[in-house]
Amino acid sequence: MSLAKPAMRGLLGKRLRFHLPIAFALSLVAAAAFKYGVTEPRKQAYADFYKQYDTTKEFNNMRDAGVFESVRTTGE
Amino acid sequence: MLHLTTGRVGCLLSKQAVVALTGSGARMSSHGHHEVSDSVDMSQPMYWDRLDTPLPDRPWKDVLDSTDKSLKQKEKGPWTALSKEEKIALYRLKFNHTYPEMKRPSHEWKTVIGGMFIFFGITGLVVFWQGHYVYPPQPHTFGEEWQAKQIQRMLDMRINPIEGFSAQWDYKNKQWK
Repeated sequence: MSLAKPAMRGLLGKRLRFHLPIAFALSLVAAAAFKYGVTEPRKQAYADFYKQYDTTKEFNNMRDAGVFESVRTTGE
Repeated sequence: MLHLTTGRVGCLLSKQAVVALTGSGARMSSHGHHEVSDSVDMSQPMYWDRLDTPLPDRPWKDVLDSTDKSLKQKEKGPWTALSKEEKIALYRLKFNHTYPEMKRPSHEWKTVIGGMFIFFGITGLVVFWQGHYVYPPQPHTFGEEWQAKQIQRMLDMRINPIEGFSAQWDYKNKQWK
C-alpha cells in the first residue's frame, strides 16, 4: 500500500526542457523546407523566365491580340 | 427525468459543470436533509467530483452509521494502526469517485459525431432547397462562350506568365501544356 510519491515540482520545467528543443528544431525544419521547397525554386523560375524574355516581341504579340487600350493593333 | 436531462445537458457543456446542474439524486448520498424538489440548497457546503478541484467543501458521506463513526474515531489515532481495508473505507467515506473513475471514458463521442452528421445532413437539404428556390439566375458571365472568351483574353494579356495561368499555355502550339 505504499506507492512512490509523485513528482510535485518542476513539472513545467520538465515539459519545457523536453518540448522546447523539439519545437525549435521543427520550426527550423519548417523554415528550411519552405525556403528550399518554395522560395528558391520560385526565384529560379523568375530568373529563367527573364533570361530569354524578349520585351518587344511579347509587346507586339499582346498588341496584336488587342488587349491594349492605348496602342492600336498593327495594320490599322 | 429531470436528473437525466440535466445530466445530458451537463455532458454537452462540460463534464465538470455537471455537478452544478445535477441536483439531488446521485450527488447527495445519505445526506440528512429531505428536499421536495430536485434543487440544491446552495447555502450548504457542497460535494463535487472535479478533476481540477480535488477537495470538496464536505465529505461524500455526511450521515455516518455506527460502524462509520467508530472508524472515524479510529482515524483520530495513529494511521499505521489502520488496515488497508479500513483506509480504503475511510477514503470511500470522504470521496465518491476516484480520479480514474472520474476520468472513465464514456460513449458520449458517438452522440456528438452522430449529432454533427445529422445537422450536416439537415444543412445539406437546406442548401439544396436554397439553390433551387432562392438563388437568382446566374450572371451572363458564367456562360460557356463568355468563359472561353475570358480565358482567351487572359492568355492574350499574359496573366501570370512565369508560374501561374499563362505559364501553363503553350503559345507556340496553341494548347495547354
